[in-house]
Amino acid sequence: MKRVEDPRLIKGIATYTDDIRLAGLLHASILRSPHAHARITSIDTSRAAALRGVVAVFVGADVNDQCGTIPCAGAMPDQKMPKHTVLAGDRVYFVGHAVAVAIATDPYVARDAIDLIDVEYEPLPVVVNAEAAIESGSALTHPDLGTNVAYTHTMGGGDIDDAFRRADRIVKQRIIHQRLTPMPIEPRAVVASYHAGEGTLTLWTSTQVPHLVRTLLPGMLGIAENKLRIVAPEVGGGFGAKLNVYAEEALCGHLAQRLGAPVKWVESRRENAASTIHGRDQIADYEVAVKNDGTILGLKSRTIADLGAYNQLLTPAIPTLTGLVLTGCYKIPALKMDIIAVYTNKMATDAYRGAGRPEATYAIERLMDVVARELGIDRVVLRQRMFPSAAEFPFSTASGLSYDSGDYEAALAKARELAGWDALLAEQAAARAAGRLFGIGMSTYVEICAMGPSKAMPAGGWEWGSVRMEISGKVTVITGATPHGQGQETSFAQIVADRLGVPIEDIVVLHGDTAVAPYGRDTYGSRATAVGGSAIVMCTDRVVAKAKALAAHLLQVPVDSVDFANGKFSSTVNREKQLGWGDLTGEAYIAKNLPVGFEPGLEASAFFEPENFTFPFGTHIAAVEVDRETGHVAIKKYIAVDDCGPQINPLLVEGQVQGGIAHSIGQVLFEQTVYDENGQLLTGEFMDYALPRAADIPEYILGSTVTPSPVNPLGVKGVGEAGTIGATPAIANAVIDALAPLGVRHLDLPLTPERVWRAIHQHELAGV
Amino acid sequence: MPIPVRLTVNGALREHTIDPRMLLVHYLRDVCNLTGTHVGCETGICGACTVLANGKAVKSCTMFAVQADGADLRTIEGLASNGHLHAVQQGFWECHGLQCGYCTPGMIMAAVGLLAATARPTRDEIAAGLRGNLCRCTGYSHIIDAVNHAATGAAASGR
Repeated sequence: MKRVEDPRLIKGIATYTDDIRLAGLLHASILRSPHAHARITSIDTSRAAALRGVVAVFVGADVNDQCGTIPCAGAMPDQKMPKHTVLAGDRVYFVGHAVAVAIATDPYVARDAIDLIDVEYEPLPVVVNAEAAIESGSALTHPDLGTNVAYTHTMGGGDIDDAFRRADRIVKQRIIHQRLTPMPIEPRAVVASYHAGEGTLTLWTSTQVPHLVRTLLPGMLGIAENKLRIVAPEVGGGFGAKLNVYAEEALCGHLAQRLGAPVKWVESRRENAASTIHGRDQIADYEVAVKNDGTILGLKSRTIADLGAYNQLLTPAIPTLTGLVLTGCYKIPALKMDIIAVYTNKMATDAYRGAGRPEATYAIERLMDVVARELGIDRVVLRQRMFPSAAEFPFSTASGLSYDSGDYEAALAKARELAGWDALLAEQAAARAAGRLFGIGMSTYVEICAMGPSKAMPAGGWEWGSVRMEISGKVTVITGATPHGQGQETSFAQIVADRLGVPIEDIVVLHGDTAVAPYGRDTYGSRATAVGGSAIVMCTDRVVAKAKALAAHLLQVPVDSVDFANGKFSSTVNREKQLGWGDLTGEAYIAKNLPVGFEPGLEASAFFEPENFTFPFGTHIAAVEVDRETGHVAIKKYIAVDDCGPQINPLLVEGQVQGGIAHSIGQVLFEQTVYDENGQLLTGEFMDYALPRAADIPEYILGSTVTPSPVNPLGVKGVGEAGTIGATPAIANAVIDALAPLGVRHLDLPLTPERVWRAIHQHELAGV
Repeated sequence: MPIPVRLTVNGALREHTIDPRMLLVHYLRDVCNLTGTHVGCETGICGACTVLANGKAVKSCTMFAVQADGADLRTIEGLASNGHLHAVQQGFWECHGLQCGYCTPGMIMAAVGLLAATARPTRDEIAAGLRGNLCRCTGYSHIIDAVNHAATGAAASGR
């Protein structure tokens, strides 16, 4: 099934935020701090304001008291929170911190204007390294907080002390999960238009979460929720980077009201790298309590999480997602994770594809290999020994989760079969005998999707939808989920076509506009299909139930005798006569021949509240060869078996998996967000932040197993993040396995040629 | 000092007087109102702004519009003809070669340029030929499938 959203995209006639043109549109450009931490001793905007075409120039003092502070929905108990204003006050706290905004009639002039703003900074001591930041005597990111520690928090369950007492040995490993930049190809953009007559504000923004923006902006702008319309038009990739409420959204909204004209702001790539959220960034010391037979009794970690300078929407909550799934797909009865969350003079971290789960999966899967090697146990056997069996689901973890369903052994077996595991081992043996560095890595993962039950979410984990049979027989589906490339215009149409028995061409799926989809919790955490799709199923069930009553009336039979199948209503009383939707929709809206008490119309809306998360899982296997002379890693073979439950559109699932694996290839081999010791961002462009390119991608062998989830009517689990969660440890384990004959036990990511080359040479020298 | 330019965009003659510093991509988007060509980085790395100039793929964010004076430009909007998708567009649709669609116009134009130079590229040649275009969604495999589909389909139909 080809995607219905594609024609407009491949013809170049889709509308992204920057494509919106409004009469009298003004253009905003933002001046950003070149310092990681500094006091602003003076700002002079007069030269900028005098430039021809400039409408206004504002600094923090002009707007901050009218824009409120940037919201954080994930604050932890007793967390120290710096005040996060739309523009900087008298200090800047990271490179890229917004200092001033110039608005002009032309974007080039607005850009010129910010160069004419004269700012004097007095540089202050900078905090860059999160580990050094918690030492006494460290400089302070926010001196007024008196500490760099945002919060400390302990997670886990089971008897951890007993586990470590009973252990035959304790395996220790430090693992650093590097900072990453999501880098959607479309930078962020905002257009705001205020309609003074109605007192309403329309905001087009490149966001994954228009409904969350609508919920949170009123608190910033003092405009009522029902006077605010948020539109996410075509959105050019998110990956979590657009799961946020950003300063620029409030700022543009404010400026449009203040200036009485629509205002557009489009982020440059440099701004995107510096001032849109980053991801990951954990330094963790792990200890694993093991028996000599490979039984893992407990897992401990002390994790330093680098939050950056501020709390964006979910910043502080991300490390806790790591703790929830840190024991992976294993029966590890005791877990203790101590989180020390730290402020540094860098951009905020937040939810980047996987959000906390990739950190967990990378850690536990690296640790499984380290443990296997230390104990001399086969890594496959070690994993199998610790799997819960398919019969043990729902499976309770030490972190307090209940994994809904799973068959980890089946996915592992299928991946080994697709990989030709034994032949691969033989190939490795032959390569090693010839002196080549050939490695095989695997990861068996489980992750958390379909976010989520409201009781476990910051604010509402349900999803809303509606299905309307139009008078013409066409079907309008509205979802509160906000797909931005995942393809739910197609997959939701498939669900409805299947449920209602109507041709897919007759269905339109609308989303991303709060005036059209009044309620929604949007798209993140692999939730759109599992939660949003389930709301659509509730709607189709309700529409069919209502239509049955009308059909019974028209057929003059009892309601409970009416069946519905393949778009046709008929009665057990008389099978001769059938009614299709076309026989019902006209009657439902013309409303001259309706049953007594029948409300006109054929539509339904629904909120689906999931009772639990879903827990997709799978096995990824990578084979790599490392060039001994250059340290270059080549991925020779890649096998992924993912179980996301039933697949509504297998081609879309494949696309999600492949895209996710590519993020991992980037993370393992190239990508790292780098700040120097002065807090200068060294990876502020595609020139310095290396995304994978087409030639970096191997040919995949993809497979799946299908274990339905019992927690939603579709049985689907979600697949948006699985690739990124499963692939990072598989590829990293393969590289370490390639280097194992040299004595390499662990290397931190990214495994760039330089890092690998250095490891080879250090170990070769040590071996001489 | 504004400078006059005269060029052809998707077969139509365009004459404007423009600021010499205006980038070609902004000329196409803001003056010609052809917003299918996207801006992803403004440094010539991501390729979202790729168009054809005299049949060759160029990055319109690293050219001034005045440098295109006299050129014959083709953008994504001018690729389909008589309501029929170009083979590369069709390939992207058939093979799920796009997700968010933002890199897609540039990716398609780069692929058209690639196929003009190499009619039947291998998968490795396609990957190498698209080295100037970044995609963050698809992981490229389906894009390579799409270009391969276009190359083999085009050969079969004699186009």
